[in-house]
Amino acid sequence: MKFSLKKSPSRFSILPEIIAILLAFFIGALLLLFSGYSPLVAFSALFRGAFGSRNAWGQTLTQATPILFTALAFLLTFRAGIFNIGVEGQFLMGAMASALAGVYFSGLPAPLHITLSLLLGAAMGALWGLIPALLKVYLGAHEVITTMMMSYIASYLTSYLVNYPFKAPGWVAQTEPVAQTALLPKILPPTQLSLSFIISLFLALLVSFFLFHTYLGFQIRAVGLNPEVAENRGIAIKNRQILAFLLSGLIAGIGGGGEILGVHGRFVDGFSPGYGWDGIAVSLVGKLHPGGCVLASILFGMLRAGGMTMTRVTKVPLDLSLIIQALVIILVSAPYFIKAVILRKRDF
Amino acid sequence: MPEILQTIGLTKSFPGVLANDHIDLEIEEGEIHGLLGENGAGKSVLMSTIYGLYRPDEGKILIRGKEVVIDSPHTAIKYGIGMVHQNLTLVSSFRVWENIVLGKEIKKTLSLDERETLRKLEKLLTVANLEIDLRAKTGELSLGSQQRIEILKILYRGAEILIFDEPTTILTPQEVDQLINTFRSLKKEGKTIIFISHKLREIFAVCDRVTVLRKGRKVGTLPIEEATPEKLAEMMVGRKVLFSLPRGREPGEEIILKLEDIATSGEKKKVALQDINFTLHTGEILGIAGVEGNGQKELAELMVGLIKPQKGRIFFQGEDITFFSPKERIKRGIAHIPEDRLRRGVIGDFTVWENLIIGFEDQPPFVKGRFTFNHSFLKQFSSQKIEEFEIDAPGEDALVKNLSGGNQQKVVLARELSGNVVLLVASQPTRGLDIAATEYLRNKLLEIKNQGKGVILISADLDEIRSLSDRVLVLYEGKIMGELSPESDEYQFGLLMGGKSIDEVLA
Repeated sequence: MKFSLKKSPSRFSILPEIIAILLAFFIGALLLLFSGYSPLVAFSALFRGAFGSRNAWGQTLTQATPILFTALAFLLTFRAGIFNIGVEGQFLMGAMASALAGVYFSGLPAPLHITLSLLLGAAMGALWGLIPALLKVYLGAHEVITTMMMSYIASYLTSYLVNYPFKAPGWVAQTEPVAQTALLPKILPPTQLSLSFIISLFLALLVSFFLFHTYLGFQIRAVGLNPEVAENRGIAIKNRQILAFLLSGLIAGIGGGGEILGVHGRFVDGFSPGYGWDGIAVSLVGKLHPGGCVLASILFGMLRAGGMTMTRVTKVPLDLSLIIQALVIILVSAPYFIKAVILRKRDF
Repeated sequence: MPEILQTIGLTKSFPGVLANDHIDLEIEEGEIHGLLGENGAGKSVLMSTIYGLYRPDEGKILIRGKEVVIDSPHTAIKYGIGMVHQNLTLVSSFRVWENIVLGKEIKKTLSLDERETLRKLEKLLTVANLEIDLRAKTGELSLGSQQRIEILKILYRGAEILIFDEPTTILTPQEVDQLINTFRSLKKEGKTIIFISHKLREIFAVCDRVTVLRKGRKVGTLPIEEATPEKLAEMMVGRKVLFSLPRGREPGEEIILKLEDIATSGEKKKVALQDINFTLHTGEILGIAGVEGNGQKELAELMVGLIKPQKGRIFFQGEDITFFSPKERIKRGIAHIPEDRLRRGVIGDFTVWENLIIGFEDQPPFVKGRFTFNHSFLKQFSSQKIEEFEIDAPGEDALVKNLSGGNQQKVVLARELSGNVVLLVASQPTRGLDIAATEYLRNKLLEIKNQGKGVILISADLDEIRSLSDRVLVLYEGKIMGELSPESDEYQFGLLMGGKSIDEVLA
């Protein structure tokens, strides 16, 4: 254990990220000023809405939960050198499987019903990861294309399913509500924060342990950093890439299930505003490290939750909060800029 | 002779490193001046400071006796200083002439004046005695030709002092000879050349005077007539260096490795091997000589299982391993030092300990239980390897990309020799290494041999092959041209390497 803890500080300086975030807020403040709002008032509303009370915290963490799952899912494949942009699809398929299990299984005790529903979600997500994995490994199809297409398929397929075969009566395209026994317990009522958040934190720990303390995680990282060295040392590259895809799908699938069983209680068409895509950004802002993903997902959750309060209190449009989010992504993904211009460091 | 370039007390430090410590360098007009030193001695920093890439902390730079401030390469070029870097900086999709004039084009109203440019460049070619097709596409040329473009680039900008930073590391032996000829022609034209190298042979071939740096300090400057390899090596390393290694005991009788009628396909830009037959015995170093790109890489990859033959058999200690995976071969004791360290040998973004265990990570005692790393053992294992192989690293948690080439190679060696090694396939094991690391590596190879193990030594350095091997095979276009004893005439090696058959050579 001591090993990787010791090396973290040297490898893991977050000063550039913090500067990027501050800079994003600064630019956001300028935008507010130019649009005729007071940045002070707006930002204080944003922070109050995100962290000002128990409920605010609940909101923030509720928003953070699904994107932590998808960030971890993206990270696992990225660490194996795979740019898996199909996390959204894995998430949606997991959500659908869990929703149907929640609706149509009955008579089970709650712990069993929940576990079974989440496991089915996980399995469905994993299947959605396995398909592009096999296409890549055996046919050489590039994952950026296949995973994106798999995402579209998932999006339209789930939409079809809630609009036709599994549509509940009424105007809204949604399934029947899941059984009471399938609902995840809320951990901070009256907010929507559910057990799903705890599961996501637990998974972050697990992913970290997997990557840095097991030989399979080691092999995945070796394949991702330098497949030719891995091959030379006898690591089964294809198997490890498949494994990474499977685990990625599994985690995204649980995330989808957790969102259904924890927040919505049923599959509602279009319930995901693109959690899978946000996960990619969170993962990159979190420097492709599970711990970083936890922090980055909370940052993104804060911008969403706080943004809503800011809109309510100050009439600043929610878009501004999303602009800050976008600025964070852009600035964090420009580490060279931050290092060179602001920290005035030059590699020699 | 007057000094064209002089530094007085030039000092440059980086956080934690004093890269140049009060260096007084004197370069005379029209000479070829060698700059020698181990990796990290401060050669490149010194030249980069003169070229304006770094600002000195202290000291002065004088050109023709006048003090100048060089704050950028742009200024350096104005003072007639040009530099050819180790890594080439060319646009590969451009034509040769476009790369040469890039940044200082001869223009017509809207386009480049191709005819006028070519006319000027042709003149430059004759003056510099260089041969290159100006209309060729840069990316399609060999590294040697691309380097010539770099030379033309700085000549075109009017350089009088040409700095070459380890130019020969990317060249084949023939290209090195051509470069040395170019140096001579440039000297005849009155140009001054500073030639950075750590290869003594090249320094002796062409330099008039040589300056040796060690650990950021100047050890001395002497005319080449007063220098001997032993003397220069001692100045570089700071102690006596053994040049001829004792070859050790005679090989045994027992066969370790046998290749029978091997042929491979030449797909994916690989060289096709044909009719490969040889055996390796216990306690033997078998050298594979040849000009690079004649199938050496393929032969090494074949033996360690990275490519499979179309035809033929490979036997290892009597067992047919032709279609065994790399993993199965590693388990049986086949170790590999790949020719391209950073591509196949180590993972730069992994720590030292991580690199030391690649390939063993799934076996006890590295794991305890089924999946989990045994960190206390890993730590003990890697610190022991760091000590045993004299790896100069801040610790086992240091990233390998921050180590010097020699220490990266020691990491590879330490890992490869960790298992129960029976056969070591060493490809270009000392390429790019400094004298001390080279000496260390060569001694290790002999040590392995003397333990009764087998070594296949593939190297482009004929001296290395001849000084270490018990027998030598010469590879040409994927075929073995013949076997020579290491004592054979260098001329005979040359003929085989050029594709003459052994019968012609021995006749």
